[in-house]
Amino acid sequence: MRALPKPSKTTTAGGPGKRSARQGGALTPYLFIAPALVVYAAFMLYPLARSVHLSLFDWDGLTLATFVGFGNYTDIFADARLRAAFGHSLSFIFFYAVLPTAIGLVLAAVLTRAKVHGLPLFRTLVFLPQVIAMVVVSVAWKQIYAPDGGLNTALRAIGLDVLTRPWLGDYAFSLPAVGLIGTWVSTGLVTVLLLAGMSKIPTEQFEAARLDGAGAVREFFSIIVPAVRAEVTVALTLTIVASLKTFDLIYMTTAGGPGSSTTVPSYEVYRRAFETGQVGSAAAIGVTLTALIFVITLGVNRISERAA
Amino acid sequence: MKVSSTERTLNYAILIVFSLIVLTPIFSILVTAFGPANAAAAREGSFHPGNFAEAWVQGRFGQYMATSVLVAVIVVTLAVTLSILAGYAFGTMSFRGEQVLFYLFLLGIMVPSEAIIVPLFFDLRTLGITDTVWAVALPQVAQSVAFGTYWMRAYFKGVSPSVMDAARVDGASKTRILFSILVPMGRPAITTMIVLMFMWTWNEFLIPLVMSPSGEFRTAPLGLAFFQGQYTQGTALLAAAAVMVALPVVVLYFLMQRHFIKGMLEGAIKE
Repeated sequence: MRALPKPSKTTTAGGPGKRSARQGGALTPYLFIAPALVVYAAFMLYPLARSVHLSLFDWDGLTLATFVGFGNYTDIFADARLRAAFGHSLSFIFFYAVLPTAIGLVLAAVLTRAKVHGLPLFRTLVFLPQVIAMVVVSVAWKQIYAPDGGLNTALRAIGLDVLTRPWLGDYAFSLPAVGLIGTWVSTGLVTVLLLAGMSKIPTEQFEAARLDGAGAVREFFSIIVPAVRAEVTVALTLTIVASLKTFDLIYMTTAGGPGSSTTVPSYEVYRRAFETGQVGSAAAIGVTLTALIFVITLGVNRISERAA
Repeated sequence: MKVSSTERTLNYAILIVFSLIVLTPIFSILVTAFGPANAAAAREGSFHPGNFAEAWVQGRFGQYMATSVLVAVIVVTLAVTLSILAGYAFGTMSFRGEQVLFYLFLLGIMVPSEAIIVPLFFDLRTLGITDTVWAVALPQVAQSVAFGTYWMRAYFKGVSPSVMDAARVDGASKTRILFSILVPMGRPAITTMIVLMFMWTWNEFLIPLVMSPSGEFRTAPLGLAFFQGQYTQGTALLAAAAVMVALPVVVLYFLMQRHFIKGMLEGAIKE
Protein backbone atom coordinates (compact mmCIF):
# COMPACT_ATOMS: atom_id res chain seq x y z
CA MET A 1 0.00 0.00 0.00
CA ARG A 2 2.84 2.32 0.84
CA ALA A 3 4.33 1.80 -2.56
CA LEU A 4 1.20 2.94 -4.29
CA PRO A 5 1.52 6.73 -4.16
CA LYS A 6 4.97 6.56 -5.73
CA PRO A 7 4.03 5.45 -9.25
CA SER A 8 1.07 7.80 -9.24
CA LYS A 9 3.49 10.64 -8.41
CA THR A 10 5.76 9.75 -11.29
CA THR A 11 2.81 9.76 -13.64
CA THR A 12 1.86 13.25 -12.61
CA ALA A 13 5.51 14.32 -12.92
CA GLY A 14 5.76 12.71 -16.35
CA GLY A 15 2.34 13.89 -17.43
CA PRO A 16 3.02 17.64 -17.67
CA GLY A 17 6.14 16.99 -19.75
CA LYS A 18 4.18 14.99 -22.29
CA ARG A 19 1.31 17.39 -22.16
CA SER A 20 3.48 20.41 -22.78
CA ALA A 21 5.05 18.71 -25.77
CA ARG A 22 1.58 18.09 -27.16
CA GLN A 23 0.18 21.43 -26.07
CA GLY A 24 3.05 23.42 -27.62
CA GLY A 25 3.48 21.35 -30.73
CA ALA A 26 6.70 20.93 -32.68
CA LEU A 27 6.36 24.40 -34.19
CA THR A 28 6.41 26.30 -30.89
CA PRO A 29 10.16 26.97 -30.60
CA TYR A 30 10.28 28.22 -34.18
CA LEU A 31 7.38 30.60 -33.54
CA PHE A 32 9.27 32.10 -30.60
CA ILE A 33 12.43 32.51 -32.67
CA ALA A 34 10.80 33.70 -35.89
CA PRO A 35 10.37 37.44 -35.11
CA ALA A 36 13.99 37.80 -34.01
CA LEU A 37 15.22 35.74 -36.93
CA VAL A 38 13.30 37.79 -39.51
CA VAL A 39 14.79 41.12 -38.38
CA TYR A 40 18.20 39.59 -37.84
CA ALA A 41 18.25 37.93 -41.26
CA ALA A 42 16.97 41.00 -43.09
CA PHE A 43 19.30 43.53 -41.47
CA MET A 44 22.36 41.44 -40.66
CA LEU A 45 22.67 38.16 -42.56
CA TYR A 46 21.36 39.40 -45.89
CA PRO A 47 23.50 42.56 -45.97
CA LEU A 48 26.52 40.49 -44.92
CA ALA A 49 25.96 38.17 -47.89
CA ARG A 50 25.39 41.20 -50.14
CA SER A 51 28.69 42.66 -48.93
CA VAL A 52 30.52 39.52 -50.02
CA HIS A 53 28.74 39.70 -53.39
CA LEU A 54 29.39 43.44 -53.86
CA SER A 55 33.05 42.98 -52.98
CA LEU A 56 33.56 41.06 -56.22
CA PHE A 57 32.54 44.05 -58.34
CA ASP A 58 33.95 47.37 -59.37
CA TRP A 59 31.10 49.78 -58.75
CA ASP A 60 30.82 53.53 -58.20
CA GLY A 61 27.33 53.33 -56.68
CA LEU A 62 25.64 54.82 -59.76
CA THR A 63 26.57 53.23 -63.08
CA LEU A 64 26.72 49.57 -64.05
CA ALA A 65 29.00 47.39 -61.96
CA THR A 66 31.76 45.29 -63.54
CA PHE A 67 32.79 41.92 -62.18
CA VAL A 68 36.42 41.96 -61.00
CA GLY A 69 36.59 38.72 -59.01
CA PHE A 70 39.04 39.01 -56.17
CA GLY A 71 40.55 42.21 -57.57
CA ASN A 72 39.31 44.32 -54.68
CA TYR A 73 40.92 41.89 -52.26
CA THR A 74 44.30 41.80 -54.01
CA ASP A 75 44.16 45.61 -53.91
CA ILE A 76 44.39 45.44 -50.14
CA PHE A 77 47.97 44.24 -50.63
CA ALA A 78 48.71 46.35 -53.71
CA ASP A 79 47.21 49.72 -52.68
CA ALA A 80 49.66 51.58 -50.44
CA ARG A 81 46.90 53.51 -48.67
CA LEU A 82 45.02 50.31 -47.81
CA ARG A 83 48.18 48.54 -46.73
CA ALA A 84 48.86 51.48 -44.45
CA ALA A 85 45.30 51.34 -43.07
CA PHE A 86 45.69 47.69 -42.05
CA GLY A 87 49.16 48.47 -40.69
CA HIS A 88 47.72 51.23 -38.48
CA SER A 89 45.23 48.71 -37.14
CA LEU A 90 48.15 46.63 -35.89
CA SER A 91 49.53 49.70 -34.08
CA PHE A 92 46.11 50.30 -32.59
CA ILE A 93 46.08 46.73 -31.28
CA PHE A 94 49.16 47.71 -29.29
CA PHE A 95 47.54 50.90 -27.95
CA TYR A 96 44.04 49.53 -27.37
CA ALA A 97 44.82 46.01 -26.22
CA VAL A 98 48.45 45.20 -25.36
CA LEU A 99 49.30 48.35 -23.43
CA PRO A 100 46.04 48.43 -21.39
CA THR A 101 46.43 44.73 -20.57
CA ALA A 102 49.99 45.27 -19.36
CA ILE A 103 48.99 48.31 -17.29
CA GLY A 104 45.83 46.57 -16.05
CA LEU A 105 47.74 43.48 -14.92
CA VAL A 106 50.20 45.46 -12.81
CA LEU A 107 47.56 47.86 -11.51
CA ALA A 108 45.10 45.13 -10.55
CA ALA A 109 47.86 43.01 -9.00
CA VAL A 110 49.08 45.88 -6.83
CA LEU A 111 45.52 46.65 -5.72
CA THR A 112 44.71 43.00 -5.01
CA ARG A 113 47.78 42.46 -2.81
CA ALA A 114 46.79 45.23 -0.46
CA LYS A 115 43.34 45.84 0.92
CA VAL A 116 42.76 49.51 0.20
CA HIS A 117 39.68 51.55 0.91
CA GLY A 118 37.96 53.23 -1.98
CA LEU A 119 38.41 50.36 -4.42
CA PRO A 120 34.71 50.38 -5.44
CA LEU A 121 34.90 54.12 -6.15
CA PHE A 122 38.10 53.59 -8.13
CA ARG A 123 36.44 50.81 -10.12
CA THR A 124 33.52 53.08 -10.96
CA LEU A 125 35.85 55.88 -12.05
CA VAL A 126 38.25 53.93 -14.28
CA PHE A 127 35.34 52.25 -16.03
CA LEU A 128 33.69 55.58 -16.86
CA PRO A 129 35.42 56.13 -20.25
CA GLN A 130 33.71 52.93 -21.50
CA VAL A 131 30.26 54.50 -21.31
CA ILE A 132 31.04 57.93 -22.77
CA ALA A 133 30.24 58.17 -26.48
CA MET A 134 33.41 58.08 -28.59
CA VAL A 135 32.33 61.33 -30.26
CA VAL A 136 32.42 63.04 -26.87
CA VAL A 137 35.74 61.41 -25.96
CA SER A 138 37.10 62.75 -29.26
CA VAL A 139 35.93 66.31 -28.55
CA ALA A 140 37.58 66.18 -25.11
CA TRP A 141 40.89 64.84 -26.40
CA LYS A 142 41.01 67.22 -29.37
CA GLN A 143 41.05 70.03 -26.83
CA ILE A 144 43.95 68.43 -25.01
CA TYR A 145 45.94 67.82 -28.20
CA ALA A 146 45.16 71.22 -29.79
CA PRO A 147 48.12 73.55 -30.60
CA ASP A 148 47.14 75.78 -27.67
CA GLY A 149 45.52 72.91 -25.75
CA GLY A 150 46.15 71.34 -22.37
CA LEU A 151 49.09 69.13 -23.30
CA ASN A 152 51.15 71.88 -24.95
CA THR A 153 50.31 74.32 -22.17
CA ALA A 154 51.52 71.81 -19.62
CA LEU A 155 54.72 71.17 -21.57
CA ARG A 156 55.44 74.91 -21.82
CA ALA A 157 54.78 75.31 -18.10
CA ILE A 158 57.53 72.86 -17.24
CA GLY A 159 59.93 74.35 -19.78
CA LEU A 160 59.67 71.62 -22.41
CA ASP A 161 58.69 73.98 -25.23
CA VAL A 162 60.73 71.93 -27.71
CA LEU A 163 58.28 69.07 -27.36
CA THR A 164 55.16 71.08 -28.14
CA ARG A 165 53.50 70.40 -31.49
CA PRO A 166 50.04 70.12 -33.07
CA TRP A 167 49.75 66.51 -31.93
CA LEU A 168 46.95 65.40 -34.26
CA GLY A 169 48.38 67.23 -37.27
CA ASP A 170 51.88 65.82 -36.99
CA TYR A 171 52.90 63.03 -39.39
CA ALA A 172 55.01 61.23 -36.81
CA PHE A 173 52.91 61.81 -33.70
CA SER A 174 49.28 61.66 -34.85
CA LEU A 175 49.12 57.85 -34.79
CA PRO A 176 50.39 57.39 -31.22
CA ALA A 177 48.35 60.43 -30.14
CA VAL A 178 45.13 58.81 -31.39
CA GLY A 179 46.27 55.42 -30.10
CA LEU A 180 46.69 56.77 -26.58
CA ILE A 181 43.05 57.87 -26.58
CA GLY A 182 42.27 54.19 -27.14
CA THR A 183 44.54 53.29 -24.22
CA TRP A 184 42.67 55.78 -22.06
CA VAL A 185 39.33 54.20 -23.01
CA SER A 186 40.39 50.53 -22.70
CA THR A 187 42.50 50.50 -19.55
CA GLY A 188 39.58 50.80 -17.14
CA LEU A 189 37.66 47.93 -18.74
CA VAL A 190 40.72 45.69 -18.62
CA THR A 191 41.57 46.64 -15.03
CA VAL A 192 38.05 45.99 -13.73
CA LEU A 193 37.95 42.66 -15.56
CA LEU A 194 41.31 41.61 -14.08
CA LEU A 195 40.39 42.85 -10.58
CA ALA A 196 37.37 40.55 -10.71
CA GLY A 197 39.57 37.64 -11.76
CA MET A 198 42.21 38.28 -9.13
CA SER A 199 39.70 38.59 -6.30
CA LYS A 200 39.05 34.88 -6.78
CA ILE A 201 42.64 33.84 -5.95
CA PRO A 202 42.65 32.25 -2.47
CA THR A 203 44.70 34.26 0.04
CA GLU A 204 46.48 31.09 1.16
CA GLN A 205 48.31 31.01 -2.16
CA PHE A 206 49.88 34.38 -1.45
CA GLU A 207 50.75 33.37 2.10
CA ALA A 208 52.36 30.14 0.91
CA ALA A 209 54.39 32.08 -1.63
CA ARG A 210 55.53 34.51 1.04
CA LEU A 211 56.64 31.60 3.24
CA ASP A 212 58.64 30.23 0.33
CA GLY A 213 60.36 33.59 0.20
CA ALA A 214 58.84 34.74 -3.07
CA GLY A 215 58.98 38.49 -3.67
CA ALA A 216 56.30 40.65 -5.28
CA VAL A 217 57.68 40.07 -8.77
CA ARG A 218 57.76 36.28 -8.49
CA GLU A 219 54.33 36.31 -6.93
CA PHE A 220 53.08 38.32 -9.90
CA PHE A 221 54.43 35.95 -12.53
CA SER A 222 53.90 32.62 -10.79
CA ILE A 223 50.55 33.15 -9.05
CA ILE A 224 48.65 36.18 -10.33
CA VAL A 225 49.23 36.01 -14.08
CA PRO A 226 48.44 32.27 -14.42
CA ALA A 227 45.31 32.67 -12.28
CA VAL A 228 43.76 35.32 -14.52
CA ARG A 229 44.58 33.73 -17.88
CA ALA A 230 40.88 33.48 -18.76
CA GLU A 231 40.27 37.15 -17.93
CA VAL A 232 43.32 38.19 -19.96
CA THR A 233 41.91 36.29 -22.92
CA VAL A 234 38.56 38.03 -22.63
CA ALA A 235 40.25 41.41 -22.17
CA LEU A 236 42.47 40.94 -25.22
CA THR A 237 39.59 39.72 -27.38
CA LEU A 238 37.38 42.67 -26.46
CA THR A 239 40.02 45.32 -26.86
CA ILE A 240 41.49 43.94 -30.08
CA VAL A 241 38.04 43.82 -31.66
CA ALA A 242 37.40 47.38 -30.43
CA SER A 243 40.70 48.54 -31.94
CA LEU A 244 39.89 46.99 -35.32
CA LYS A 245 36.50 48.73 -35.35
CA THR A 246 37.78 52.21 -34.49
CA PHE A 247 35.75 54.53 -36.66
CA ASP A 248 34.16 57.44 -34.77
CA LEU A 249 37.47 58.34 -33.13
CA ILE A 250 39.26 58.65 -36.49
CA TYR A 251 36.30 60.39 -38.15
CA MET A 252 36.20 62.99 -35.37
CA THR A 253 39.88 63.59 -34.66
CA THR A 254 41.99 63.25 -37.82
CA ALA A 255 39.79 61.98 -40.69
CA GLY A 256 42.67 59.61 -41.45
CA GLY A 257 45.20 62.41 -41.80
CA PRO A 258 47.54 64.11 -42.04
CA GLY A 259 47.95 62.43 -45.42
CA SER A 260 46.98 58.87 -44.70
CA SER A 261 48.97 58.62 -41.49
CA THR A 262 46.07 57.60 -39.24
CA THR A 263 43.62 56.00 -41.62
CA VAL A 264 42.19 52.61 -40.60
CA PRO A 265 40.17 49.94 -42.48
CA SER A 266 36.83 51.01 -41.01
CA TYR A 267 37.46 54.61 -42.05
CA GLU A 268 38.43 53.44 -45.55
CA VAL A 269 35.13 51.52 -45.79
CA TYR A 270 33.27 54.77 -45.13
CA ARG A 271 35.48 56.96 -47.32
CA ARG A 272 35.42 54.65 -50.33
CA ALA A 273 31.73 53.78 -50.20
CA PHE A 274 30.34 57.24 -49.49
CA GLU A 275 32.96 59.78 -50.55
CA THR A 276 35.12 58.48 -53.39
CA GLY A 277 32.69 56.08 -55.10
CA GLN A 278 34.65 52.83 -54.73
CA VAL A 279 31.78 50.75 -53.41
CA GLY A 280 33.14 47.31 -54.29
CA SER A 281 36.47 48.09 -52.68
CA ALA A 282 34.70 49.34 -49.53
CA ALA A 283 32.71 46.10 -49.32
CA ALA A 284 35.90 44.05 -49.72
CA ILE A 285 37.56 45.95 -46.87
CA GLY A 286 34.50 45.40 -44.69
CA VAL A 287 34.52 41.67 -45.42
CA THR A 288 38.28 41.42 -44.79
CA LEU A 289 37.88 43.29 -41.51
CA THR A 290 35.16 40.87 -40.43
CA ALA A 291 37.32 37.88 -41.36
CA LEU A 292 40.19 39.41 -39.39
CA ILE A 293 37.97 39.85 -36.33
CA PHE A 294 36.89 36.20 -36.58
CA VAL A 295 40.43 34.90 -36.97
CA ILE A 296 41.78 36.99 -34.10
CA THR A 297 38.90 36.11 -31.77
CA LEU A 298 39.32 32.40 -32.51
CA GLY A 299 43.12 32.64 -32.39
CA VAL A 300 43.31 34.37 -29.02
CA ASN A 301 40.87 31.87 -27.54
CA ARG A 302 42.70 28.89 -29.06
CA ILE A 303 46.05 30.04 -27.70
CA SER A 304 44.65 30.56 -24.21
CA GLU A 305 42.99 27.12 -24.27
CA ARG A 306 46.25 25.47 -25.25
CA ALA A 307 48.19 27.36 -22.59
CA ALA A 308 45.72 26.38 -19.88
CA MET B 1 47.62 39.68 4.37
CA LYS B 2 50.01 42.02 6.12
CA VAL B 3 51.08 45.03 4.12
CA SER B 4 53.66 47.57 5.16
CA SER B 5 52.59 51.18 5.53
CA THR B 6 54.91 52.24 2.69
CA GLU B 7 53.21 49.76 0.38
CA ARG B 8 49.82 50.97 1.53
CA THR B 9 50.76 54.58 0.83
CA LEU B 10 52.09 53.55 -2.57
CA ASN B 11 48.80 51.84 -3.34
CA TYR B 12 46.81 54.95 -2.57
CA ALA B 13 49.22 56.97 -4.69
CA ILE B 14 48.58 54.59 -7.62
CA LEU B 15 44.80 54.79 -7.13
CA ILE B 16 44.92 58.57 -7.12
CA VAL B 17 47.24 58.89 -10.14
CA PHE B 18 45.07 56.59 -12.26
CA SER B 19 41.87 58.29 -11.17
CA LEU B 20 43.42 61.62 -12.18
CA ILE B 21 44.45 60.26 -15.59
CA VAL B 22 40.85 59.13 -16.18
CA LEU B 23 39.31 62.31 -14.83
CA THR B 24 41.54 64.93 -16.47
CA PRO B 25 39.96 64.85 -19.96
CA ILE B 26 36.46 64.67 -18.44
CA PHE B 27 37.22 67.51 -16.07
CA SER B 28 38.79 69.65 -18.79
CA ILE B 29 35.74 69.34 -21.05
CA LEU B 30 33.47 70.30 -18.13
CA VAL B 31 35.61 73.35 -17.35
CA THR B 32 35.53 74.41 -21.01
CA ALA B 33 31.76 73.86 -21.17
CA PHE B 34 31.21 76.28 -18.29
CA GLY B 35 33.87 78.69 -19.51
CA PRO B 36 33.46 81.86 -21.56
CA ALA B 37 32.39 81.31 -25.18
CA ASN B 38 34.11 84.45 -26.49
CA ALA B 39 36.13 87.47 -25.45
CA ALA B 40 33.02 89.48 -24.56
CA ALA B 41 31.76 86.71 -22.29
CA ALA B 42 35.20 86.39 -20.71
CA ARG B 43 34.94 89.98 -19.43
CA GLU B 44 31.69 89.10 -17.65
CA GLY B 45 33.19 86.34 -15.53
CA SER B 46 34.38 82.78 -15.73
CA PHE B 47 31.25 80.75 -15.02
CA HIS B 48 28.78 80.47 -17.94
CA PRO B 49 26.07 77.81 -17.53
CA GLY B 50 24.23 79.68 -20.29
CA ASN B 51 26.50 77.91 -22.83
CA PHE B 52 24.30 74.85 -22.52
CA ALA B 53 21.15 76.71 -23.45
CA GLU B 54 22.91 78.42 -26.32
CA ALA B 55 24.42 75.19 -27.68
CA TRP B 56 21.02 73.52 -27.30
CA VAL B 57 19.40 76.14 -29.50
CA GLN B 58 22.22 76.91 -31.95
CA GLY B 59 23.18 73.27 -32.48
CA ARG B 60 19.51 72.18 -32.66
CA PHE B 61 20.20 69.64 -29.93
CA GLY B 62 16.59 69.65 -28.82
CA GLN B 63 15.70 68.06 -32.15
CA TYR B 64 18.70 65.69 -32.17
CA MET B 65 18.10 64.50 -28.62
CA ALA B 66 14.46 63.80 -29.46
CA THR B 67 15.63 61.77 -32.47
CA SER B 68 18.06 59.82 -30.30
CA VAL B 69 15.36 59.10 -27.74
CA LEU B 70 13.00 57.89 -30.48
CA VAL B 71 15.67 55.60 -31.97
CA ALA B 72 16.65 54.27 -28.54
CA VAL B 73 13.04 53.54 -27.58
CA ILE B 74 12.39 51.67 -30.83
CA VAL B 75 15.64 49.70 -30.73
CA VAL B 76 15.46 48.76 -27.05
CA THR B 77 11.74 47.86 -27.07
CA LEU B 78 11.94 45.74 -30.20
CA ALA B 79 15.30 44.14 -29.43
CA VAL B 80 14.36 43.27 -25.84
CA THR B 81 11.03 41.72 -26.86
CA LEU B 82 12.49 39.71 -29.72
CA SER B 83 15.50 38.61 -27.63
CA ILE B 84 13.31 37.38 -24.77
CA LEU B 85 11.15 35.33 -27.14
CA ALA B 86 14.11 33.82 -29.01
CA GLY B 87 16.21 33.32 -25.87
CA TYR B 88 13.26 31.48 -24.26
CA ALA B 89 13.13 28.98 -27.12
CA PHE B 90 16.91 28.45 -27.15
CA GLY B 91 17.14 28.21 -23.37
CA THR B 92 14.21 25.96 -22.50
CA MET B 93 13.22 23.93 -25.56
CA SER B 94 14.99 21.42 -27.74
CA PHE B 95 14.28 21.33 -31.44
CA ARG B 96 15.72 20.46 -34.81
CA GLY B 97 18.38 22.87 -36.06
CA GLU B 98 18.77 24.44 -32.62
CA GLN B 99 22.58 24.48 -32.80
CA VAL B 100 22.78 25.85 -36.32
CA LEU B 101 20.29 28.61 -35.55
CA PHE B 102 22.06 29.53 -32.34
CA TYR B 103 25.45 29.79 -34.03
CA LEU B 104 23.83 31.94 -36.69
CA PHE B 105 22.79 34.42 -33.99
CA LEU B 106 26.19 34.16 -32.30
CA LEU B 107 27.82 35.17 -35.57
CA GLY B 108 26.03 38.49 -35.42
CA ILE B 109 27.79 39.41 -32.19
CA MET B 110 31.11 39.42 -34.02
CA VAL B 111 30.05 41.08 -37.28
CA PRO B 112 31.04 44.77 -37.23
CA SER B 113 28.77 47.49 -38.67
CA GLU B 114 31.45 48.06 -41.33
CA ALA B 115 30.64 44.67 -42.85
CA ILE B 116 26.97 45.41 -43.48
CA ILE B 117 26.77 49.17 -43.86
CA VAL B 118 27.63 49.39 -47.57
CA PRO B 119 24.90 47.16 -49.05
CA LEU B 120 22.46 48.30 -46.35
CA PHE B 121 22.73 51.89 -47.50
CA PHE B 122 22.32 51.17 -51.20
CA ASP B 123 19.50 48.64 -50.69
CA LEU B 124 17.57 50.80 -48.23
CA ARG B 125 17.99 53.79 -50.53
CA THR B 126 16.44 51.73 -53.32
CA LEU B 127 13.54 50.94 -50.97
CA GLY B 128 13.29 54.65 -50.20
CA ILE B 129 13.64 54.37 -46.42
CA THR B 130 16.99 56.12 -45.92
CA ASP B 131 16.51 59.36 -43.95
CA THR B 132 13.80 57.67 -41.87
CA VAL B 133 13.89 56.30 -38.35
CA TRP B 134 13.67 52.72 -39.68
CA ALA B 135 16.94 52.85 -41.62
CA VAL B 136 18.70 53.99 -38.45
CA ALA B 137 16.87 51.73 -35.98
CA LEU B 138 16.36 48.37 -37.68
CA PRO B 139 20.04 47.54 -38.35
CA GLN B 140 20.70 48.30 -34.68
CA VAL B 141 17.78 46.09 -33.64
CA ALA B 142 19.43 43.26 -35.59
CA GLN B 143 22.78 43.83 -33.85
CA SER B 144 21.19 44.03 -30.43
CA VAL B 145 19.03 40.96 -31.05
CA ALA B 146 22.14 38.89 -31.73
CA PHE B 147 23.55 39.88 -28.36
CA GLY B 148 20.18 39.77 -26.57
CA THR B 149 19.31 36.26 -27.75
CA TYR B 150 22.67 35.04 -26.50
CA TRP B 151 22.19 36.87 -23.18
CA MET B 152 18.61 35.70 -22.57
CA ARG B 153 19.43 32.11 -23.57
CA ALA B 154 22.03 32.05 -20.79
CA TYR B 155 19.45 33.37 -18.31
CA PHE B 156 16.73 30.86 -19.31
CA LYS B 157 19.22 27.99 -19.18
CA GLY B 158 20.00 28.96 -15.61
CA VAL B 159 16.37 28.84 -14.43
CA SER B 160 15.67 25.76 -12.33
CA PRO B 161 13.46 23.32 -14.29
CA SER B 162 11.32 22.75 -11.18
CA VAL B 163 9.97 26.30 -11.49
CA MET B 164 8.69 25.59 -14.98
CA ASP B 165 7.47 22.12 -14.03
CA ALA B 166 5.43 23.54 -11.17
CA ALA B 167 3.79 26.05 -13.48
CA ARG B 168 3.10 23.36 -16.04
CA VAL B 169 1.38 21.23 -13.40
CA ASP B 170 -0.88 24.20 -12.78
CA GLY B 171 -1.72 24.12 -16.44
CA ALA B 172 0.08 27.28 -17.55
CA SER B 173 0.87 27.54 -21.25
CA LYS B 174 4.42 28.20 -22.52
CA THR B 175 3.63 31.84 -23.21
CA ARG B 176 1.99 32.23 -19.82
CA ILE B 177 5.02 30.66 -18.05
CA LEU B 178 7.30 33.07 -19.89
CA PHE B 179 5.42 36.28 -19.18
CA SER B 180 4.00 35.69 -15.71
CA ILE B 181 6.88 33.75 -14.14
CA LEU B 182 10.18 33.86 -16.01
CA VAL B 183 10.19 37.49 -17.13
CA PRO B 184 9.38 38.89 -13.65
CA MET B 185 11.97 36.52 -12.16
CA GLY B 186 14.58 37.58 -14.68
CA ARG B 187 14.32 41.28 -14.00
CA PRO B 188 18.04 41.67 -13.12
CA ALA B 189 19.20 39.98 -16.33
CA ILE B 190 16.70 41.94 -18.40
CA THR B 191 17.61 45.25 -16.75
CA THR B 192 21.29 44.68 -17.51
CA MET B 193 20.43 43.94 -21.13
CA ILE B 194 18.26 47.07 -21.43
CA VAL B 195 21.03 49.23 -19.95
CA LEU B 196 23.63 47.88 -22.38
CA MET B 197 21.36 48.12 -25.43
CA PHE B 198 20.42 51.69 -24.55
CA MET B 199 24.08 52.68 -24.25
CA TRP B 200 25.10 51.02 -27.52
CA THR B 201 22.20 52.61 -29.36
CA TRP B 202 22.68 56.08 -27.87
CA ASN B 203 26.43 56.04 -28.62
CA GLU B 204 26.22 54.48 -32.12
CA PHE B 205 27.81 56.61 -34.79
CA LEU B 206 28.43 54.88 -38.14
CA ILE B 207 24.88 53.64 -38.79
CA PRO B 208 23.11 57.00 -38.17
CA LEU B 209 25.87 58.80 -40.10
CA VAL B 210 25.39 56.69 -43.22
CA MET B 211 21.65 56.09 -43.05
CA SER B 212 20.66 59.75 -43.04
CA PRO B 213 22.58 61.25 -45.95
CA SER B 214 20.44 64.40 -46.08
CA GLY B 215 20.99 65.12 -42.38
CA GLU B 216 17.21 65.32 -41.89
CA PHE B 217 17.26 62.53 -39.36
CA ARG B 218 20.23 63.15 -37.11
CA THR B 219 20.94 61.54 -33.72
CA ALA B 220 22.70 63.45 -30.93
CA PRO B 221 26.24 62.08 -31.55
CA LEU B 222 25.83 63.03 -35.23
CA GLY B 223 24.62 66.46 -34.24
CA LEU B 224 27.79 66.84 -32.20
CA ALA B 225 30.00 65.78 -35.12
CA PHE B 226 28.42 68.39 -37.38
CA PHE B 227 28.48 71.00 -34.64
CA GLN B 228 32.23 70.39 -34.45
CA GLY B 229 32.45 71.11 -38.17
CA GLN B 230 30.82 74.52 -37.64
CA TYR B 231 32.80 75.53 -34.58
CA THR B 232 36.55 75.54 -34.48
CA GLN B 233 37.97 73.21 -31.89
CA GLY B 234 38.00 73.99 -28.23
CA THR B 235 35.09 76.36 -27.96
CA ALA B 236 32.83 76.42 -24.95
CA LEU B 237 29.67 75.74 -26.96
CA LEU B 238 31.14 72.58 -28.51
CA ALA B 239 32.19 71.33 -25.07
CA ALA B 240 28.74 72.11 -23.66
CA ALA B 241 27.14 70.17 -26.52
CA ALA B 242 29.50 67.24 -25.91
CA VAL B 243 28.55 67.15 -22.24
CA MET B 244 24.85 67.08 -23.14
CA VAL B 245 25.35 64.19 -25.58
CA ALA B 246 27.22 62.13 -22.98
CA LEU B 247 24.96 63.00 -20.06
CA PRO B 248 22.04 60.54 -20.43
CA VAL B 249 24.33 57.49 -20.47
CA VAL B 250 26.65 58.85 -17.78
CA VAL B 251 23.72 59.53 -15.43
CA LEU B 252 22.36 56.05 -16.12
CA TYR B 253 25.85 54.66 -15.49
CA PHE B 254 26.11 56.21 -12.05
CA LEU B 255 22.60 55.03 -11.15
CA MET B 256 23.13 51.48 -12.36
CA GLN B 257 26.87 50.95 -12.34
CA ARG B 258 26.53 47.44 -10.97
CA HIS B 259 24.41 46.42 -13.94
CA PHE B 260 26.74 48.24 -16.32
CA ILE B 261 29.97 46.69 -15.12
CA LYS B 262 28.52 43.21 -14.71
CA GLY B 263 26.92 43.37 -18.12
CA MET B 264 29.95 44.75 -19.89
CA LEU B 265 32.18 42.08 -18.38
CA GLU B 266 29.87 39.14 -18.94
CA GLY B 267 28.23 39.94 -22.19
CA ALA B 268 30.82 42.19 -23.66
CA ILE B 269 31.62 39.92 -26.56
CA LYS B 270 29.21 42.05 -28.54
CA GLU B 271 31.80 44.76 -29.02
